[in-house]
Amino acid sequence: MTEIIQKVKNLSIGFKSKKGEEILILRDISTNIKKGETVGIVGESGSGKSTLALAMMGYVKHGLYTIGGECEFNSSNLLKMKNRDLEKIRGRKIAMIPQNAGQALTPNLKIGYQIDEALQLHSDLKEEEREQKISELLNKVRLPSPETIALRYPHELSGGQQQRVAVAMALAGTPDLLLLDEPTTGLDVTTQAHVLELLNFIAKDTGTSMVYVSHDLGAIAQVSDRIIVMYSGEIVLEGPSRDILKKPIHPYTYGLLKSIPKLSLAGLPQSMPGSQPQPGTMHRGCSFFDRCDFSEEKCKNNSPQLEYLEELNTNVRCFNYKSLMNDSQVNQTVNKIKTSLQDKEILNLSEVSISYAKQKLLDQVLNRISDDNPTVKDININIKKGETIALVGESGSGKSTILKSIAGLLRTKGGIIKFDQNRNLSSDLKERDPNDLRIIQLIFQNPDESLNPNHTVEEIIAQPLKLYFGLKGEELKKNIIDLLQKVRLGEFYMSRYPRQLSGGEKQRVAVARAFAAKPDIILCDEVTSALDVSVQAAVLNLLQQLKEDFGTTYIFVSHDLAVVRAISDRVAVLYQGRLCEVGPSKDVYQFPSHPYTEVLLGAVLEPDPDIKPKLVAEDIVEEKPPQKGCSFQGRCSRILGDICKSEVPPWQITNGGNSIRCHIPLKELQKDQIN
Amino acid sequence: MKLDNIYQEEKKSNFAKVSEIIITMASRPSGFIGLSILIFHVILAFISPYIAPYDFKAINPTLMLQAPSAEYWFGTDDLGRDVFTRTILGGRTALTITFFGSLIALLWGGLLGIFCGLVGGKTDDIVMRIVDAFLSIPWILAMLLIVSLLGTSTEVLIPALGFFYGKGIVRVARAATHDVIAKDFIVSARARGHSNFSIIWNEIIPNVRDAILVEGAMRWSWMLLGFSSLSFLGFGVSPPTPDWGLMISNARGLMSFAYWSVIAPIVGLSSLIIGINLTADAFAKALGIDRSTKAPV
Repeated sequence: MTEIIQKVKNLSIGFKSKKGEEILILRDISTNIKKGETVGIVGESGSGKSTLALAMMGYVKHGLYTIGGECEFNSSNLLKMKNRDLEKIRGRKIAMIPQNAGQALTPNLKIGYQIDEALQLHSDLKEEEREQKISELLNKVRLPSPETIALRYPHELSGGQQQRVAVAMALAGTPDLLLLDEPTTGLDVTTQAHVLELLNFIAKDTGTSMVYVSHDLGAIAQVSDRIIVMYSGEIVLEGPSRDILKKPIHPYTYGLLKSIPKLSLAGLPQSMPGSQPQPGTMHRGCSFFDRCDFSEEKCKNNSPQLEYLEELNTNVRCFNYKSLMNDSQVNQTVNKIKTSLQDKEILNLSEVSISYAKQKLLDQVLNRISDDNPTVKDININIKKGETIALVGESGSGKSTILKSIAGLLRTKGGIIKFDQNRNLSSDLKERDPNDLRIIQLIFQNPDESLNPNHTVEEIIAQPLKLYFGLKGEELKKNIIDLLQKVRLGEFYMSRYPRQLSGGEKQRVAVARAFAAKPDIILCDEVTSALDVSVQAAVLNLLQQLKEDFGTTYIFVSHDLAVVRAISDRVAVLYQGRLCEVGPSKDVYQFPSHPYTEVLLGAVLEPDPDIKPKLVAEDIVEEKPPQKGCSFQGRCSRILGDICKSEVPPWQITNGGNSIRCHIPLKELQKDQIN
Repeated sequence: MKLDNIYQEEKKSNFAKVSEIIITMASRPSGFIGLSILIFHVILAFISPYIAPYDFKAINPTLMLQAPSAEYWFGTDDLGRDVFTRTILGGRTALTITFFGSLIALLWGGLLGIFCGLVGGKTDDIVMRIVDAFLSIPWILAMLLIVSLLGTSTEVLIPALGFFYGKGIVRVARAATHDVIAKDFIVSARARGHSNFSIIWNEIIPNVRDAILVEGAMRWSWMLLGFSSLSFLGFGVSPPTPDWGLMISNARGLMSFAYWSVIAPIVGLSSLIIGINLTADAFAKALGIDRSTKAPV
């Protein structure tokens, strides 16, 4: 029997509401973390997973308090300890890696100094030994040339490198337990895969126990031995990670796995209805009752207890888990997307280039943009009516920039944006007439920011209706109710403010606002990345349904290749503001592909312990596109030599109609990729 | 963590919103004290002409510098006028002029700040440099110049004070606008093609209103102090109108042997300023614009 290093016993944490009611954020949590084990805690936002992780280091957020239970570490209860004693444990015995390393590092102190500080606090090393230790730590987290990195400031490092520094700092005290709160969520796909691989290595190498908190089952699948699934402040399922991901015996986990889009399956996954109950609104019965496909009458009034199943070594909180045990595999059914593609071209970008460079005075006076190496260059895309085209790439690939220019929010340096074959759209908002503005609408990534917090839903949706159609009074109200129904929201939402809605509901309101203008083209900028997985599928399905109803064209920007696979007809892969590959989505996801597409596809994390990401290229971040040659030359693992550095690669067309921009002949591209 | 938003709230009428804010303000001891002082002063300003026991300008040489007594509660001044009468009437002018002055300051400062924040670029640069230039002029000198050129009538004082105290609000409003301007809902309104006016009115003002109001309330107390300083220097209201600044100025030489003639206006002025300050503080806290929130760890 391995040693247990952290014991959570009947832990409940909550707060007092204004009315004096006690509202529970965590409800009666019990679990053990063994030595050397990596435990993944998954759940939607608001499920209490971060609160649990913080309690494991004896910290309860301001405003919350412990209602009952304990967190035992080395047989002392952390939650009852004095701050002075906790300081001795935090950092030395239990370390934490935060979500956003960029914010966790002090911006005006050098990396080396910050690690040194951690070492001074958490180890007894002398000064000379510490210096040695710093480069040792930086080496361990695989940062190139530790000596130079130590002399840099945090802002001089990329997101992935910052996260590595945070890992190095956490390891400074050689902790027994490492808590990771969404450590890869803000990172690019490729970087994410690299950081996870590093964490895996460290877990094995040092024997540290890890608690990995994330909403992303894909990331959890790659690192954890055991998974705890949380829902509404309770543990609903706990067991070995393989069993949970392959044969989930709790309806919530089952539904969750079904709603995640996968690379191997085109089409939209089924969504889970409803949303997680708000803390304090549940009084009896199973908290998952109203979203559950397997619920019975008794689930409504009786709360199931966590039940231990010896043969599976699993804890489950459900009356009906047996019916799921027989249904062994997660049978993912997808709604095939209907292509409403028409032959008519609706939007044409030709030779579009965009520059962010600060313009010289002379150019400012002449009102022109001069930059011989612009951020975005050579963009030629034809978009057909009714099509969903996705722009994919890492952050900095220029995908959102292109979107902004189409919307008229960012002036282009050159090139033509043509609507409906004959109308030139100016890239300057002021030069577009109201109709040009109406035909293109935007949906943003984060509905918290895209909806004015001081407007009701009614006011939000009324805006485009008033502006473009001049609707008033009863007619306006009728139209708003109509639109709300189209996005599956009831009439009573009209008087609500955005803060009273859940993430998915907010995004629906944003969708309704976009459709209110009766646009021809909708630009979707990462519309699902701020949403929970179970909600993501619902929003994607809604978008698809609306597209079929209205014949709208979508330009869909995303970094998530699985989501893109699910919804798009055609995909354009971008790197450093240059196109790498354009083609029908089924062909882009098959080989041969551009080496960069291969990197992206390899790095996708699937919620399956058997599918490991393939790390093809280094996760270096390039600041500027190269002056000459192929945009991907700096990271390409298959670089041919001088030709890649001096000449822009030609477009090669595959049998499937997929255009790849690479010097390597198609046959050779394919050969290596299949092996 | 948004713990308070968990309960669904219905759309409230403006009246309900305002009364809720006032109740929240009064639920804090400092807010309660501030509000009580302010309300006391405002009521006093309204009713003082009716309750004043004597004529404020009745000079009586036989009653010069009488100590407080049952007849003259706060004593009399060097011209034999009743100090109590003059004190309760002394806040009226100051309160009225500075209240309207603050409104003007709020209006032009707030709107210009929001406009600069929204438009940005060269317009913003130019306007802000002009505002900076004005900020560098000592306001009291400039006020003295204006007052000596145009006189000390209310029609001069209100806009002049409003102008000089609005400069600071421009900066606050501009900064508050910058906070919301980058949000997607503004981008979205722009992309839809709304006019600048519509963006300011519908999208920005509801989100910066609170910050500007709090700043305006703070400016009010500063302006009150400034106005009283002007009176003290003889450039505010003209005698014999009762005014605290003027009273303090007249009686300051008599402080050693007739303290009562100066204490009463000082207490009046400072309590009003403290009252406004505490109220503005409580107002900011009630609106949730409290900068001194606790650090998480």
